[in-house]
Amino acid sequence: MRLHEHQAKDVFSEAGVPIPDSALATTTEEVVDAAEEIGFPVAVKAQVHVGGRGKAGGIELVESADEARAAADRILGMDLKGYTVERVLVEAAVDFVNELYVGITMDRDAGEPVLMVSTEGGVDIESVAAETPEAIARVHVDPVAGLRPFQARQAAYRAGVPDDVALDVASVLSTLYDLFDERDASEIEINPVMVTSDREVVAADAVMNVDDDALFRQEELAASEEESYTDDIERTAGEYGFDYVRLDGNVGIIGNGAGLVMTTLDLVDYFDGTPANFLDIGGGAKAERVANALDVVFADDNVDSVVFNIFGGITRGDEVAEGINTALEQFDEIPNPVVVRLAGTNAEAGMEILNTDLVEVEATLEGAVERAVDNASEVTQ
Amino acid sequence: MSILVDDDTRVVVQGITGGEGKFHTEQMIDYGTNVVAGAVPGRGGQTVAGVPVYDTVERAAEAEDADASVIFVPPAFAADAIFEALDASVDLAVAITEGIPTQDVAAVNAALSDSETTLVGPNCPGLITPGAAKLGILPGNIFEPGNVGLVSRSGTLTYQVVSNLTDRGLGQSTAVGIGGDPIIGTSFVDALELFEADPDTDAIVMCGEIGGEDEERAAAFVDDHVDTPVAGFVAGRTAPPGKRMGHAGAIVSGSGTGTAQSKIDALSEAGVPVGDTPAEVAEIVDEF
Repeated sequence: MRLHEHQAKDVFSEAGVPIPDSALATTTEEVVDAAEEIGFPVAVKAQVHVGGRGKAGGIELVESADEARAAADRILGMDLKGYTVERVLVEAAVDFVNELYVGITMDRDAGEPVLMVSTEGGVDIESVAAETPEAIARVHVDPVAGLRPFQARQAAYRAGVPDDVALDVASVLSTLYDLFDERDASEIEINPVMVTSDREVVAADAVMNVDDDALFRQEELAASEEESYTDDIERTAGEYGFDYVRLDGNVGIIGNGAGLVMTTLDLVDYFDGTPANFLDIGGGAKAERVANALDVVFADDNVDSVVFNIFGGITRGDEVAEGINTALEQFDEIPNPVVVRLAGTNAEAGMEILNTDLVEVEATLEGAVERAVDNASEVTQ
Repeated sequence: MSILVDDDTRVVVQGITGGEGKFHTEQMIDYGTNVVAGAVPGRGGQTVAGVPVYDTVERAAEAEDADASVIFVPPAFAADAIFEALDASVDLAVAITEGIPTQDVAAVNAALSDSETTLVGPNCPGLITPGAAKLGILPGNIFEPGNVGLVSRSGTLTYQVVSNLTDRGLGQSTAVGIGGDPIIGTSFVDALELFEADPDTDAIVMCGEIGGEDEERAAAFVDDHVDTPVAGFVAGRTAPPGKRMGHAGAIVSGSGTGTAQSKIDALSEAGVPVGDTPAEVAEIVDEF
């Protein structure tokens, strides 16, 4: 779960991290009022779950009420990489002399959280990491012992943070680590931390992602979750509880188990087709869930052909077959040809149940995918 | 003729009274696994699937001489269950549970270095030595005893590759599903090391997927330490960056690390042929 910038800033501020004066606004009038209250110059910042908002035109610095009005008119309602901007954060512009980067993430390969600090803040940290990895100081933290205060200082000094603000930056790091730990964050980042001419340290941006698997014990954060989908199909798939990723091809894919579904996508590509989606119906899917999965895939106008690939362990082939029949019998005309491949638990029973007037049946994974790709290319011709 | 589990493995099931725990205990027993006990707090004295239940893993392990645990405990309590298994010093703990908070798993992971226990998982289908024992949820009927060791991050992909192997008459020594989470107990390298030391494993298949660098480390390990022929498969060639593909660990980072291509390249450079399809993997093994 990803928090919006304003939500993350609220969490950080409550914990004691300095943030600029700001207000949330949903209309042009609110933006102008907030800007006048805070005092110019202010930044008008789109609140959407998109990286690189600045480059994409989602952030504007304004000096007057007229400029604030123009920026609000432009940004509110704009489309930012598929997301519609419904709210902006109006924030006091910080007069800075240095921009730093601080972040905490789970280093999966080390199995431990890692602190990262760099004096090259304000730019895309991943490009800093790729081009000048030595510009980022990294300190790993024992997840059981927690962050020792000296480690926060070590990270700041190693990164070359100016001496007169290094202890303030270390203090911000300690606070962020406590949040990371207590709130089950998977990632926390401030980029940039601005150092003002008065040598104050201020969080000018805020990123906080929370481990979805821990939301059951993070009730406050879970309640603030705002589902953000770029399109209605992803929303529907999310509501049905599917792991779904929409792609731009025309072969719809439904399967069980992440690795096998990914493999099915790869095989579509291998046979010179293009996958339309990743859809994992999960383990032990019953008939209704299977029918819901078909709904989701048929709802995608790009889809010309569908392949259903199930290797049953706890999922039963006969249940899947019933679900496919039920889903397809509703149609006077089935939207796209469906190829089904069932293997594993109760696969033979499933094959017998399948209504072969409605679907094509293939015995192997490769055979099923190749046929679905052929079907898609026939539709396209 | 196997790694980690065999005919002599004595299993305690943590969470045996839950729906999943009970169902899969029956399935494991049907397969011939020595399930000797269950462990559920407050349920000591009950019997499930003919198996005596104890209140703690310690009691179960002592009373029934169990040396392995399979964990079907809900996510909120699963890390505690794993710690309990480590405390009882079982040789092997297999955590099937999906969706354990990552910070809980990080804490477990930190405890493993001082523990005698090998952890497989979490978020895994378990492992099977065909004809001897299965610990987990894998469908036993697709496996055949043989000499191919298999290690995989995914459940159903494992079943697919196994069926391709079995179709060619290539049985398996042991198949291990190491799990799809970002932090896991047994890594590819750990499994490869065990297979390399197993006299009855003549070939190894490793099925990786996008995310992390475990496959890259495995490739380096094969290059330096493995004489047994290894074939590879990597799922997620068509996965877009920044999107989680089902498994919590299956994600290509925005900066482009963890891609299928990087893993395929690393494996190829280490002399591990990588199949384009699961059927091709079985074909490669057949030619070893």
